[in-house]
Amino acid sequence: MTHMVENVSRRGVLKGAGIIGGLVLTAPLVSKGLMAAIKKASGQLEASNYLSISEDGTVNIYIHRVEMGQGSRTGLPQIIADELDADWSRINFVAAFGDQKFGDQNTDGSTSIRKFYDTFRHAGAAARMMLEQAAAEKWGVSADQVMAKEHRIHNKATGKSADYSEFVAAAAELPVPDATKVSYKAKADRRYIGKSVRNIYMKDFVTGSSQFGQDVRREGMLYAVAKRPPVVGGKLTGYNKEAAMAVKGVVDVVELPVFEKPIMFKPLGGLAVLATNTYAAKKGLEAAAPEFEAGDNGGYDTAEYEKILWQAIDGEDVNHLKRGDVDTALANAVTVVEADYFVPHLHHAPMEPPAATAEWQGDTLRMWVCCQDPQSVQDTVAPYVGLKPVQIHVEATLLGGAFGRKSKPDFAAEAAILAKHAGKPVKMVWTREDDMQHSYYHTISAQRVKGALDVDGRVTAWKHKTAFPSIFEIFDPRTEGPVAMEMGLGLLDIPFETPNLQVDAGKARGHVRIGWMRSVTNIQHAFALGSFVDELAHAGGKRTDDMWLELIGSDRMIDPAKDGADYSNYGETLDRHPVDTARLKAVLKKAVEMSGYGKEMPKGHGLGISVHRSFVTYVANVVEVVVGDDGRLSVPRAWVAADCGLAVNPDRVKAQMEGAVVFGTSIALHGEITAKDGRIEQSNFDGYPVCRIEESPHVEVAILETTGVPGGVGEPGVPPVAPAITNAIFAATGNRIRRLPIGHQMTA
Amino acid sequence: MDFKINGRAISYDGDGEMPLLWYLRDLAGMTGTKFGCGAGLCGACTVHVDGMAVRSCQTWMDDVEGTEVTTIEGLGTGDMLHALQIAWAENNVPQCGYCQSGQIMQAASLLADNPNPTDEDIDMAMSGNICRCGTYQRIKKSIRDVADGKIKGGKL
Repeated sequence: MTHMVENVSRRGVLKGAGIIGGLVLTAPLVSKGLMAAIKKASGQLEASNYLSISEDGTVNIYIHRVEMGQGSRTGLPQIIADELDADWSRINFVAAFGDQKFGDQNTDGSTSIRKFYDTFRHAGAAARMMLEQAAAEKWGVSADQVMAKEHRIHNKATGKSADYSEFVAAAAELPVPDATKVSYKAKADRRYIGKSVRNIYMKDFVTGSSQFGQDVRREGMLYAVAKRPPVVGGKLTGYNKEAAMAVKGVVDVVELPVFEKPIMFKPLGGLAVLATNTYAAKKGLEAAAPEFEAGDNGGYDTAEYEKILWQAIDGEDVNHLKRGDVDTALANAVTVVEADYFVPHLHHAPMEPPAATAEWQGDTLRMWVCCQDPQSVQDTVAPYVGLKPVQIHVEATLLGGAFGRKSKPDFAAEAAILAKHAGKPVKMVWTREDDMQHSYYHTISAQRVKGALDVDGRVTAWKHKTAFPSIFEIFDPRTEGPVAMEMGLGLLDIPFETPNLQVDAGKARGHVRIGWMRSVTNIQHAFALGSFVDELAHAGGKRTDDMWLELIGSDRMIDPAKDGADYSNYGETLDRHPVDTARLKAVLKKAVEMSGYGKEMPKGHGLGISVHRSFVTYVANVVEVVVGDDGRLSVPRAWVAADCGLAVNPDRVKAQMEGAVVFGTSIALHGEITAKDGRIEQSNFDGYPVCRIEESPHVEVAILETTGVPGGVGEPGVPPVAPAITNAIFAATGNRIRRLPIGHQMTA
Repeated sequence: MDFKINGRAISYDGDGEMPLLWYLRDLAGMTGTKFGCGAGLCGACTVHVDGMAVRSCQTWMDDVEGTEVTTIEGLGTGDMLHALQIAWAENNVPQCGYCQSGQIMQAASLLADNPNPTDEDIDMAMSGNICRCGTYQRIKKSIRDVADGKIKGGKL
């Protein structure tokens, strides 16, 4: 798709002054292409949508992905800076607004580095070659006589060198070399890729000057809070406007548009109060005392719904993968092992509740949103305010955590609607209660796994069935349970060589908004897989790590399509990111080596192990638990071995793995969202606890870098944690936990 | 009523029941103090009142009369940052960064009271501050580094 881009708008987001002097130009750009156009205005070199170099040699890097703790806004510039051989202190980091010219901006699915590594590397290398060529021409030497290094071009023959700024104007006249013509630096010459560069926002973080969505302030801005129907699809039935208006500071009371299916990212409706500060708005909303009717989902009760899920497990099978004949193998088995696993709804609970600010400027709308995808904000907001998506200028602020919640910009639409109504800038502030009670929850799931063992304790068949309401139902209400994409997160790439393997799904419908949360359906699938391997190992009289290695079998690349599976491989080709059993075994062995898994443990202590590939990255966990005589559980230590291919910023990869263990421990120990009468029963961190400092294990991380191609990092650390913990509990006590959270099961 | 924020004299004649959190963020425009739960459960809004760490979402404006309030913006002096701020950077503690103002303020209060805390002391003091990104082990190390004198205050 080709469209026109007016570069003047880009200027609006540049930090600092004098970066682009009076540059106004239009040029055709290909939205997803890289070297779509070279623009020659004011002598600035524009090597791609993501990179330009100013006449003074300042390197402008347009970071189109958001920052929510995963480090993308530092890691992506590292890639360009490395190939460009730029001086890090001369980079202007520009947080890019939402625009299709940047390609996919949805910071989600652990994709920022893995999907844009080549693009960013190409941009940096192309610009470097253009500067080198310009220098060679100026000096009258051949291109191989010059070399870029540390923001200068060096003449190999004379030893003379000059700053990049000397060549920007001339380089800007040159064509941008395409992917087949650029040369990349040798690994040994890298200065930023593979180095633990400090986060570009570090000083802001530690001094409190960083700007998150909740922190946005505009001249004359009003603060909004809202009460939404507690049941999805419910409606506002009454409220006391006078009482709200009587609260000092309250400016207006506004009914939000009535919600209609499909769910998508639409706001839920309800009542908003606008005031001169958040406290007054909250008081006003309390005084308004809005009332609601429940609607179709008012009967949703998660305890009852679990029974429906088990009926789905007993009921019709929707087959997703079939190899051999599991039923015959199970019938002929020496031992059959069967287990049921349950994982409840979960919630992201980022530390920053959602927030969005909207301000009309003439016919256009400016927004500042802690969103994972500014383009999705444009698309979601547009129909509510009568604009085209391109008329909405969206800046993604820093995100105080997200974990998938902030890729659904329902809250942004609320801000835009209210700003239009008020004729003033409005910040929509979600409270923690709003966040907990109106999330897009991780689904609720039931799974049954059957395994057949022969006389030697070898697994001859694995039959796996899962049932849960699908994320896709929020977009297409006809969806009846797991779709292939969700099955592909852990179940269609089961890495076992066992001759008989079958994966089925059961039908289910959702009654709350279902969404994706860090590692998505891998959470429940890895829990069942990791637990059941442990169960089979015990049944077969083997160590669990040995059982894993036996099940995985030979070194090979797995193609799930051969067993009839519609496997999407996280949007990657199997050529670029194969399902490589050797890498899976390697991380498993590394975690065993780091932890001493298999050694004798003191009474009440246990080690548990699990391993999982997700987002094309391989992660193994060993976790130590201690269980007291009273059943009290603690998780003092964990070991992680991760192979994410190339680690662009190794310390950030380590940090993500450390954090993923804490996130996974929260899921295992505490995570549970329940509904009664269609309403979510938890409202804050008392009802929905997450791990605190004293509950969080100390994590040791090893990064195995086996390829030069980066995989995902933000999510793949999560899936193996919960089964490693419950397996450790079994090792310590003989108590098998098959439903999450562990909660009070230890002491009950 | 009168009080001080980061050494600056403030006069306030509004609602005495307004939590200090919303005064700081909305009225004073100081957004370094974060809103996390509004219920004293997460610690993101931690500030010092007369040197003691408190949850500003649970502190009424009436409560701060005559006191000296210190926020993350006032923990250092100009460019000279508190040792904990330096330690946080050296250990790459923050992931998303949102809870870290509160974490640092809580840790500063701990070290002011107890310059050489044990690991248990750290757990006890920091237990009220949630980090959903899970940066706890780096928080612990940073507090340890400052307590051990390995990292001093300075510029970043």
